Amino acid sequence: MSHKTTRAEAPQELHPMDWWLRSERMPHIWCAGCGIGPTLYAWARALDSVGIRKDKVVYVSGIGCCGRGSGYLDVDGFHTTHGRAIPFAVGIKLVKPELCVNVISGDGDLFSIGGNHFIHACRRNVDLLVICTNNFTYGMTGGQLAATTLRGDYSTTTPYGNIEYPFNTPHLADASGAVYVARWTSIHVRQLQKSIAEALRMKGLRYIEVLSPCPVNYGRRNRLREVDDIAKWFWQSFEIRNGANTSEVEIEKGKPLILGNFIKREGKLSYYEELKKLEEKVKKAA
Amino acid sequence: MGKVVLSGKHFWYGNIAIAEAAIAAGCRFFAGYPITPASEIAEHIAQRFPEIGGIFVQFEDELASMAAILGASWAGAKSMTSTSGPGFSLMTENLGLGVMMEVPTVIVNIQRGGPSTGLPTLTAQGDVMQAKWGSHGPNEVIALSPDSPQEAFDLTIRCFNLAEKYRVPVVLLASETVGHSAGKVVVPPEDEIEIINRKRPSVPPAEYLPYKPDEDLIPPMAHAGEGYAVCTTGLTHDERGYPDTTAETQETLVRRLNDKIRKHMDDIVDVEEQHMEDAKIAVVSYGQVSRPAKRAVKMAREDGVSVGSIKLITIWPFAEKVIRKWAKQVDVFIVPELNYGQISLQVMREAAGDAETYLVPRMGGRLITPLEIYQEIKKVSEK
Repeated sequence: MSHKTTRAEAPQELHPMDWWLRSERMPHIWCAGCGIGPTLYAWARALDSVGIRKDKVVYVSGIGCCGRGSGYLDVDGFHTTHGRAIPFAVGIKLVKPELCVNVISGDGDLFSIGGNHFIHACRRNVDLLVICTNNFTYGMTGGQLAATTLRGDYSTTTPYGNIEYPFNTPHLADASGAVYVARWTSIHVRQLQKSIAEALRMKGLRYIEVLSPCPVNYGRRNRLREVDDIAKWFWQSFEIRNGANTSEVEIEKGKPLILGNFIKREGKLSYYEELKKLEEKVKKAA
Repeated sequence: MGKVVLSGKHFWYGNIAIAEAAIAAGCRFFAGYPITPASEIAEHIAQRFPEIGGIFVQFEDELASMAAILGASWAGAKSMTSTSGPGFSLMTENLGLGVMMEVPTVIVNIQRGGPSTGLPTLTAQGDVMQAKWGSHGPNEVIALSPDSPQEAFDLTIRCFNLAEKYRVPVVLLASETVGHSAGKVVVPPEDEIEIINRKRPSVPPAEYLPYKPDEDLIPPMAHAGEGYAVCTTGLTHDERGYPDTTAETQETLVRRLNDKIRKHMDDIVDVEEQHMEDAKIAVVSYGQVSRPAKRAVKMAREDGVSVGSIKLITIWPFAEKVIRKWAKQVDVFIVPELNYGQISLQVMREAAGDAETYLVPRMGGRLITPLEIYQEIKKVSEK
């Protein structure tokens, strides 16, 4: 199997990010217009820019379209069960705190079935980078209602329109104690990359929401049928408001889409640091 | 640094013995969620781990706890969780992932009465079938069942060793009466405790295939952060760990996951036999029921009844060879258990055509007494 330990070993004529990829697994399963690819591109670029060694990078994912990502990158990749990527990653990180542990998963995985783990990981301030590609739906299973589906949207399980309110995930992360909270879209690749790089330099629970088009299973049912319709919606309505109050960044159609780096809390110890501090206290008392 | 292995004689509750055995076996990562009657294990670990450099986390639920011990094992730690019925039901989700990803880890189930919330503070043996079949899909797990605090200690260490050797989650099927009864526990000197560690890759990363098994059907395990770019998934996968959802790969993989246990039955299966030489009746028991069962056998033998005892120490994989062998000699297997018939079904299956199986069921809540089992032996012997 191909296993590229240095950038120089990647053939130059391939994609510039090839050295991060298990290229023998291409083509991937994602549809045209999907935002997962650009998100992973920004993530890998950010890792390069921060200078994190590839053999120290761990990628944990859950189930769904986004779950497949951990198998495409040439790093330690763990494709776990639906919703459980975060606690699985916590286990890895606490045993090997020197590793750069990332959870990259979808909105269904992180905020429906795995919602409890998300808020508790934020509360504990576990040293993880959590990236959510929010495509407002369950893509892989065919476009059902998600906890992020906007009011009035159509999905295969809301054929008459959605009556529920979606999560404002940056606000949830903020309220639960995450030390870094940002939102970008998959078309804001540069800003996203910078935001990820900034998050990678921090400790504790860092959360970035990436709004991501799903033309096939979301757009098709919501008058955003063409491959670039959702990207156009993002482009026409985004407004960058760094430092915005996260309670004011709900997503509503017809209103500005608030993006930016919202929260940066310095000085809060990560869960592992707290554990070590406790260990010292116990040992001293013994 | 606190003392790691507490060699010497102790008077311990079963739950404390389990926690200390885990520490002695090298467990340094524990994730769990409070539940009666298992909480003392977590509480004891929470107290001990900071002294010896272990990581204890009380998670938000059993789903997370189970996921975390898998992750910790992938990072190289020996890991464990403890729970009881309702929590075990949640853990079966990622027990399946542990089987599929081939993760060594230990799950302690201090059984209580069910179904559902049932009898939180009282004993039962209702989770025997669940331990094997609780997770969807055809899989083999290993489960051991102790009858006392001492055996809880010994078998917990064996659980870790089997998990490491076969790269599989191993279940310690204890019960409330074992967890909450106190008894003498002898902890051997550290150098006399047998410790088995998982097989590690002997080839450089470029040649390593995470799911290429050796001849014993078990693949060596690389950890996260070692440069092997481990690729693993709960999906059906090939030797590279890449998803390959075809019938052919499913056939190869799932057969191997089962066969790596089935082909090592002689190593894994452990039973204790007493008075079987001339037995025409055999009492088959496991866990705490084996103590009154052995007593009842002794009482019946004093009356001249040709009865012996087979105590199952390994519950899964089932001791089918043992039952088949004795089925040729005995007329009846009496199976007392604290459920409405679980292991008795296995006994019946193996004994079919050669010997009868006679179930003595109790639904849990209290331990069956020697006298009750004795009366059943007499009833059967007088038929």
